[in-house]
Order: sequence, then C-alpha cells, then structure tokens
Amino acid sequence: MTNLLEIRDLHKRYGDVEVLKGVDCAMAQGDVISIIGSSGSGKTTMLRCINMLEDFEGGTIRIDGEEIGYDTAGGRRRRKKEKEIARQRAMTGMAFQQFNLFPHMTAAHNVMLGLVKVKGMGRDEARGLAEKWLDRVGLAERRDRYPGQLSGGQQQRVAIARAIAMNPKLMLFDEVTSALDPELVNEVLQVIKDLAADGMSMLLVTHEMRFAYEVSTRVIFMNQGRIGEEGNPREMFVKPQTERLAEFLMNSTFN
Amino acid sequence: MGYTLNFSAVWRSFDLLLQGLALSLGLAVMGIAIGCVIGLVTAFGLLSKNALLRRPAQLYVTIIRNTPILVLILFAYFALPQMGVRLGKIESFVATLAVYSGAYLAEIFRGGLLAVPRGLKEAGLAIGLRQSQIRNTIVIPLMLRNVLPSLSSTLISLFKDTSLAAAIAVPELTFEARKINVESFRVIETWIITSLLYVATCTVLAALLRRLEKRMSIPR
Amino acid sequence: MDIAAFLHVLWLARMPILKGVGVTISISALAIVVGTLVGVGVGLVLTYGKGPLRWLVRGYTDFIRGTPVLVLVLASYYVLGTVGVDLGPFEAGVFALAVFCSSHVGEIVRGALQSIPRGQTEAAKAIGLTFPQTFAYVLGPQALRQMLPAWVNTAAEMVKASTLLSIIGVGELLLRTQELISRTFMSLEFYLFAGLLYFVINYGIERFGRYIERKTSVPS
Repeated sequence: MTNLLEIRDLHKRYGDVEVLKGVDCAMAQGDVISIIGSSGSGKTTMLRCINMLEDFEGGTIRIDGEEIGYDTAGGRRRRKKEKEIARQRAMTGMAFQQFNLFPHMTAAHNVMLGLVKVKGMGRDEARGLAEKWLDRVGLAERRDRYPGQLSGGQQQRVAIARAIAMNPKLMLFDEVTSALDPELVNEVLQVIKDLAADGMSMLLVTHEMRFAYEVSTRVIFMNQGRIGEEGNPREMFVKPQTERLAEFLMNSTFN
Repeated sequence: MGYTLNFSAVWRSFDLLLQGLALSLGLAVMGIAIGCVIGLVTAFGLLSKNALLRRPAQLYVTIIRNTPILVLILFAYFALPQMGVRLGKIESFVATLAVYSGAYLAEIFRGGLLAVPRGLKEAGLAIGLRQSQIRNTIVIPLMLRNVLPSLSSTLISLFKDTSLAAAIAVPELTFEARKINVESFRVIETWIITSLLYVATCTVLAALLRRLEKRMSIPR
Repeated sequence: MDIAAFLHVLWLARMPILKGVGVTISISALAIVVGTLVGVGVGLVLTYGKGPLRWLVRGYTDFIRGTPVLVLVLASYYVLGTVGVDLGPFEAGVFALAVFCSSHVGEIVRGALQSIPRGQTEAAKAIGLTFPQTFAYVLGPQALRQMLPAWVNTAAEMVKASTLLSIIGVGELLLRTQELISRTFMSLEFYLFAGLLYFVINYGIERFGRYIERKTSVPS
C-alpha cells in the first residue's frame, strides 16, 4: 500500500538561509501527526511546501503516489503548470494561524467559494454542503455572518469547515490556535479532535503539547531544519531520546 | 459701487446651465469609467516583477502626473489629428480624462492592492483556486472597498476638471456660463450661480458616494 | 514630423518661449507664496478657531474646493473688473490661484496639526510652556514635517494650474505655445515641447520635495 504522504530529502532555502536541510517523512492514511519544535525550526515551512505555498529547491513530496509541484523527468526538474498545481493544492486542505477568512463573504460563502469555483458544484448543492459543515463545527446559526462579526475561535472553525468541505485527502493545520485568546482555544481543538475521531488524516504544526499528546498517532520534533526525533507521543514525551527534545519539552507548557 | 444684482438673465438661460451641468457629470463619469480600466491594468503593471510591464506603467504614470491637464486636452484635440488620430470634441475630451485619471487611479489601485493581506491569497491557493480566480473573487473586490474613498475624491476632482472642456468648446457648464456672460453681461450673477452649481453638485456627489461607501462596507 | 525644421523654428522662437516659462514660474511662485501665507492662517483658524470665524473660514475653504479652478480664474478676472477692482489678467489670475492654493494649504495645515497626538500638547503644558511656546517648539516643527510632502505636491499643482491663465490671455508658456502653433501649424511638435517643459519643472519639484523630505525626516 502506498503511503498517503511521502516526503524525501526536502530542501528549502530563503536566499542564503537553508530552512529545510533534508527532511524525510512518511504518513499513512488516518495518521494524525503533530509537528513540534521551536520557532525557526522549519516546521511551518515544511507544511507550506506540501501545499506548494512555498517552492522548494530539492527533494520530492508525494501525495497518494503523485508528485507535488514538480515534474522530474530525465534528471530535469520543472515546476508544474499553475492549473495543475491548483488541482494538487485542492488535494490538501489548510487552516492558517490567522484564519484568513475572506472578509467580504459570509461564513457560508467562504465555504462555498472553493466548491463552486474549483469543484464546479452548483450553488444549491454547494450551499447545502457548506451548511452541513458549518453545522459540524457548531456554527449553523452563524452561517450568514461576516468574519468581522465572529469571534476568533468561530472564525477559525469556519476556516476549518472551508478546508474540510473540499473533501481533502489530508488536512494541514498551521498553528491554528496561536492567534486565539486562551478561552477560545478549546472550541477549535475540539473540532480537530472530532475530525481525528472520524479518521481524517492530519498534519498539525502546534504549540499545544497536551493536545499533541492526546490526539496524535505520531509526533515529529523538528530541529534546525531536520527531523530531530519522531515517534509515539507516549514514549517521546515521557522519555525523549535527544538532549534537544528534552530541553524543548522542559521549556514548553502543558496545559 | 452702483451695481445692483439682477439674476433674470441667468434664470432665463438656466436650462442651458443645467444642460451643461448634465454634460459635465456625464463627461466625468465616462472619463472615470474608462480611467478605472486603464488604472487597474496599469496598477497590475506597476506591481509586476517583469520590468517590461513595470517600466512602461511607471513611465505613463510619471508623465501624466507631471503634465498639466489643459496641455493634455489641447494636445489630444489639436495635435493628435496631425498624427492621423481624429476624434470629435467630446470623444477627445473623454479620452483625455480617461488617460489622465488612469494615471492617478493606477497609484490608488496599487496602494489598495498592496493593502490586501497576503494570507488571503494563500487561503485562496490552499483551496485550489487559480491565480486569476483569486484576483477576481478576492483581491479586486477587497481592493475596491479599500480604495472607495479615494475613488470618490477622484470622481469629484474629475468633475471639476470637466470645466476645462470649455477650452475646446465642449458645451459643458463653464462653456454655457461664458456664453451667457457674453450675451447678457451679467458677469457676477452668472459666476455666482455657476460656482454654486459646481459646489452644490460636489456636495451632493460627496454625500451620495459616502452613502455608497457605507452600503459597500463589510459588516463587522 | 520634420525635426530639423522644428528645431529651426524653435531657435527662432526661443525668446517668447523663455519669456513664457518666466511668466509661468512667476505666476506659480507668487500664487504659492501668497497662498501659503494665507493658507497657514486658514489652517490655524480651522484647527484652533471658534464660533463664527471658524464657520466663515470653513465655508470659504469648502466653497473654493468645490469650485473648478478655471471658474475661479474666470470669475476673478471678469467679476473683479465689473465691481471696479481693475486688475490686469496677470494679477486677477494670480489672485485666483492664490485663493485656490490657500484653501488647499489650509486643509493640509489642519490635517497636519490634527495628526499630532494630544499627549504632545499635554506634555508641553506639563512642563509649563504657554500655548505660543508649545506651538513654536512642539506642534509647529512636527506639523511642518508632516505637511511637507503634501505642500510640495500643491506647489506642483500650482504650476499645472498656471496653464489656465492662458484662457484669460496671460502670456505664460501655454499661451506662447499656442501663439507659435497658430503661426507655424506645428501643433504636435510644440505641444509635445511644452508638455516636456512642464514635465521638467514639475518633475524637478517632485524630486526636490523628496530630497527635502529625506533631509528633514526624524531619525527613527
């Protein structure tokens, strides 16, 4: 069986700074992987490469066996066409730290946009699906509100519904609770837990250690552009194998 | 000063002034409508990474912004025919207003485009939208809301600039006013009424546009 | 376009053109100086004035800003004559432009003063400065830096607006150009040349403004 996600020797640099120095990672259907690590360790960059929000200079990323972003034929590497990349991006869903809801559209329209424009769905069908997913994240009654009329936690739940409604094979969460007031964090984490319980494959960059501990099937610790350590959360958090992870965990809060 | 104000000559020709005013408004609206298209294309040019698109856009904006509009108007009407481009008075004037406002609108749109957060474009990419779809459904609608106040003041100043069409004998408000002057010698009365017509129209226009801004604003 | 023939005519016509440039610069400079002096007063009244005086000045600026400059120029030339103030076209034109300039500078001054945080005035009061002292040492210098770019822009606007005086027969650059065209029929060449001269003047002002802005900016 092919892996859902397979990353091989991923390299990424910003000018002179090498942010990813060869990352290898594989993930099976239904896995929930948390990526932890200090800021600047490359965890967010890795997530953004999977969605081609960042170009990368070396290595390959495959989803369901399909190479993402580039064609490597006969030793030459070419960036895929814009249209092709857009199609591949729709295979993954992404939720952002800053929610990034479209401020001029209601919650329902935010969810519908991709369904109509990318999937070519009719408006009525899209509306039905949008309502179903807004209901799933507990926001059925807020569907006609604009993002500016919603709390941060509600906005993030709409953003997750927007991504999930596209029926992605893999969900990417980029520090989705970091911009939220503490009392709003749990409502968002609960939505993610529910998705995990449904068997959704997920890759999460997070600072919430307790959450990572509870929800993940596996944890990856990123350190200076490489994978420092990875494994089962129960083992990793209790008995870190490397000095760096031990130090990182000491400085993280579990709440 | 034994001068007594007598508005009767102006009232007798008031319908001419109103016709002139209507034409002025029409010229301004047509000018800004075409100017918006020019401005939008130029704004994307100004923001382009490709120097072949960026340089011409910058050159156009710099030249127009530093040239008096009256020179542009006269150039379009009197000099372009020498190059084989022959336009009627009104067409020539509207074209000039469009090219003129396009340069200012390009700068305005550029600022509005830069003010659209990058994260929103990324969110569009993440759900699989193509660049053109992101531009049309997210970036341009948000940019237009950002720039609406500047767009309003551009329309108002363009409306005032239509008075310059008198220089090529387009029968707009100022031209009609001068005609009444010549016929009646009621100079003070005519200019008082004409100024008031301009001021009143600007005020009403500003109020209407403010209302539009309110209606277009995103609920929060 | 016959370049050699044009250059020949241009050489023959160098004196009228130079004189035109001189008149354009005189008009602009006078309008800017007078307009700025009056405008600072207008701005002060708009910011600190009270009661009827403020309403009067508010009405003045709103009226001027709602009226096209050409209407101001025409009204100033024809109306002043009718009421017995006999000004030549040059004086009447400069008067109109100065009035126009003053309303703009007034708004710029008001905007600059109002953008200074209230805490600045309070801090000045707290160390015992009187209002004139506060203005001279705290508010004024800050407002000056704030308004400089907009003021330079207004100066360039005045150069462009000076072309309108050609319509009432002031022999500035544009009128001289038109006279040459009526004699030589080289409309394309001469309009381009005049446009170039205006561009050079305005672009120079713009660059100068940027230079001054850099020189006077507060290090941060």
